[in-house]
Amino acid sequence: MKIIDPHIHMVSRTTDDYLALAYCGIHTVTEPAFWAGFDRLSADSFYDYFVHICEVEPVRASRFGICHYCWIGMNSKESENLSLAHQVLKMLPEFLDRKTSIGIGEIGLNKNSRNEIQILQAQLSIAAQRNELVLIHTPHLEDKRKGTRLIMDLIRNESRILPSRVLIDHAEEHTIGEIKDNGFWYGLTLYPNSKGSPERAVDTVEIFGSEGVCINSSADWSVSDPLATVKCANEMRRRGHRQELMDKVFYHNPNQFLSQCPKFKAL
Amino acid sequence: MPAIKAVEMYFPDNRARLLEIAAFLDRIDRYESGDQARQDFRYRSFIKALQILLEPDGLRTIKVQEALSDPTREPIEAVADSKAYGAWKPGDGDEDY
Repeated sequence: MKIIDPHIHMVSRTTDDYLALAYCGIHTVTEPAFWAGFDRLSADSFYDYFVHICEVEPVRASRFGICHYCWIGMNSKESENLSLAHQVLKMLPEFLDRKTSIGIGEIGLNKNSRNEIQILQAQLSIAAQRNELVLIHTPHLEDKRKGTRLIMDLIRNESRILPSRVLIDHAEEHTIGEIKDNGFWYGLTLYPNSKGSPERAVDTVEIFGSEGVCINSSADWSVSDPLATVKCANEMRRRGHRQELMDKVFYHNPNQFLSQCPKFKAL
Repeated sequence: MPAIKAVEMYFPDNRARLLEIAAFLDRIDRYESGDQARQDFRYRSFIKALQILLEPDGLRTIKVQEALSDPTREPIEAVADSKAYGAWKPGDGDEDY
């Protein structure tokens, strides 16, 4: 079975993980720019990070026959530091022009603050000017529903961005309905403690249907699993779902969304 | 898939989760200052969410998520604490939903 993982942080993973992805049929991945697990002190650190995901990871991935793409953006967690954030925003066009960079992301909100909103608005404006795909990070846990609503309001206010070119990630049961009603794609993240399990993700496909959903591991430096998408596909198989449905959810859906960027070609 | 199949597939795992919850609540009762712990916003939200589990309407997951969510609409002025707790802590002046 072929799988696209549209959200995985390979900078934090070992080379063995690339091998495991290759063995399991995950031959195309996209890596959003995000928080490194600590607040960076200077914009130079972001510059190096963007170089890493634009240049180093595609080479590591290619050793195992994996195609690696990235998203460039200023994450919401560090956006509270406005001075730093504005310096990082100036770098974005240079990296959005890179050949494996497929859009702005993951941008969004973390604690739903006014500073985070200011930086998100600025990045939505860049996305609109450049006609970039957008990958949205929604807040965790108790902040998710409010943050998802605030984010959707901001995107709707930027009329140049089509909802069909935006994927709102880390959706959960209480946010999916509103996301779908507004015409956005949504992502389900398989992350043991703070997001969803394979069982709940399959429940979601059964309840909300298979249109407009992409399932990802978001594997990173914390407790996470780069093979989570495979395990979720196996959960669908265990429940007796057809192979065509599994192919749609784990390959054709992410391929359809990501292929809106002409740079993206799935293996 | 017949519902009884779901019982067969998922009962053992969820039996274990049920016991984890029971042990978690017993632990709070057993340790000192239990009364104080039971006033914590997380504990109170947890108990409220547990009661939702007995509502047989097929919407338990969404209702539990909502019970643990920030019900306000306005952005916060600044981030004083970037941690997420898993339950909403009412601020001064907020109605305790």
